Amino acid sequence: MDKKMNNYEQDFPILKQKVNDERLVYLDNAATSQKPRAVIAALTNYYYHDNANVHRGVHTLAERATEKFEEVRLKVKNFINAPSEREIIYTKGTTEGLNWVARSYGMSHLKQGDEIVISYMEHHSNLVPWQQLAQKTGAQLKYIELLADGRLDLESARQQITDKTAIVALTHVSNVLGVVNPIAQVANLAHSHGAIMVVDGAQSTPHMKIDVQSLGADFFAFSGHKMLAPTGIGILWGKSRYLNEMPPLEFGGEMIDWVQLQETTFKEIPWKFEGGTQNIAGVVGLGAAIDYLSQIGMEQIEAHEQALSAQALPALEQIKGLKIYGPLNPALRTGIISFNLDQLHPHDVATALDMEGVAVRAGHHCAQPLMKYLGVAAMARASFYLYNTEQDVEQLVKAIKATKEFFKNGTV
Amino acid sequence: MALSRLDNLYRQMILDHAAHPHHHGKLTNAKQQLELRNPTCGDVLQLEVSLDDGKISEIAFSGTGCTISQASASMMTDEVLHKTPAQVEKMVTTFSELVTGQDPANADEILGDAAILEGVTQFPARIKCATLAWKAIYQILAEVQD
Repeated sequence: MDKKMNNYEQDFPILKQKVNDERLVYLDNAATSQKPRAVIAALTNYYYHDNANVHRGVHTLAERATEKFEEVRLKVKNFINAPSEREIIYTKGTTEGLNWVARSYGMSHLKQGDEIVISYMEHHSNLVPWQQLAQKTGAQLKYIELLADGRLDLESARQQITDKTAIVALTHVSNVLGVVNPIAQVANLAHSHGAIMVVDGAQSTPHMKIDVQSLGADFFAFSGHKMLAPTGIGILWGKSRYLNEMPPLEFGGEMIDWVQLQETTFKEIPWKFEGGTQNIAGVVGLGAAIDYLSQIGMEQIEAHEQALSAQALPALEQIKGLKIYGPLNPALRTGIISFNLDQLHPHDVATALDMEGVAVRAGHHCAQPLMKYLGVAAMARASFYLYNTEQDVEQLVKAIKATKEFFKNGTV
Repeated sequence: MALSRLDNLYRQMILDHAAHPHHHGKLTNAKQQLELRNPTCGDVLQLEVSLDDGKISEIAFSGTGCTISQASASMMTDEVLHKTPAQVEKMVTTFSELVTGQDPANADEILGDAAILEGVTQFPARIKCATLAWKAIYQILAEVQD
């Protein structure tokens, strides 16, 4: 493992604490990430020195705030290699971005008999919007199957995507199985049938280099809070040829061009989608997060998390009665490891791990159809980020062994 | 070291109830049925009761859940059997106060063995696991009375 990576926990003040008298090991990064000093300072600095509303003042602070707000659009464009910053739309998160594509593009393009294709591993936020769209338009919602080890079944994708398919929506990285989906291949399939490719980037963008062009995506949505930025800020990227023709969803201030008594013309993209005062501080924080991540390098972060998985997977596999979901080869997954221990309910496991200072998620992970598909009610999940260390993995493994020992006389 | 704190939550009686739940399964001729879900964790509880002469005469539960929710459901079915809806309502209120740390009067007397779940007050994230079965009996009886 790269020794250089081991110092980053120093940049995250929250990690320097004890929980239940034990050293805190934060492994709930797939839910939300912690924030480095640089991001917290950017927020404080913004409110101390620059706070004003954007795009509508002639005074100095308004000018400064607007400049920062638009600067970050350019940073995001470079971060995901989008062709233009005008295609970068601020949202409150991945969920809002995906909902907008379903409601704006979907409602104006889909008709009865069309098909929307997703997969069994989707998070509810890349499932329910399409279900709603299907119900409203009479389109059919279809699911791509998974292979036995949890990876996407490309053969099933070839069968499900047809000339009737209008939209293919797929997660880039599964929030449960940690697998990385072959987006470019699926996008080729979608395009060959005249469908658009929508990508849920919530679990990939924080952890690997993203290039929306080489992925072949038409829309790509992600959240700031999973990549060191504050909550309540996210990005929807879309190709301008689609965004230009899409109707805005939020009407009001900021997004208008000319308002008359009976009709209104709207601004151009991206602003026509950004109705009302935006989360300006959130945008500033996102900019600082991108700077921080870029300084380390996304390839470096990805390698570090894979190394942690490569350390954790064999150690976990040795624990009798522990079942890991998804492929066991660390090269096929990111730093997300979902598991169950014996017949223990994951809530009992998560409470026990918390007593050992280890924060994990337990439950259905907002993926109830996937739980049903895999035949389980719930799972526990540990997920790594750049600030996690070998010591964290050791503490996780030790805590799981202690939990097993505590419950060895059986519960349910 | 810190796992020893778990003893406050997973008392032996709770582990026993979870491992061998009482009144677990389905009734043959249930008068009332209800399914409650805990949307944050996906736990499901199906509850069935029959009333006879103004009292709960039969009760059964099934579904999936953690140790705390299963034990709580098992204890609840023990304690509410042969009680009137009014008595059960008082028990539900008392249980809710107990696990949220409000220290209700005569909890041991009103709740019997189920009072042992008081330990959950130290684990706020788990309170909803303990209360699921009690919410279910409250709702099912409210439907009977409607």
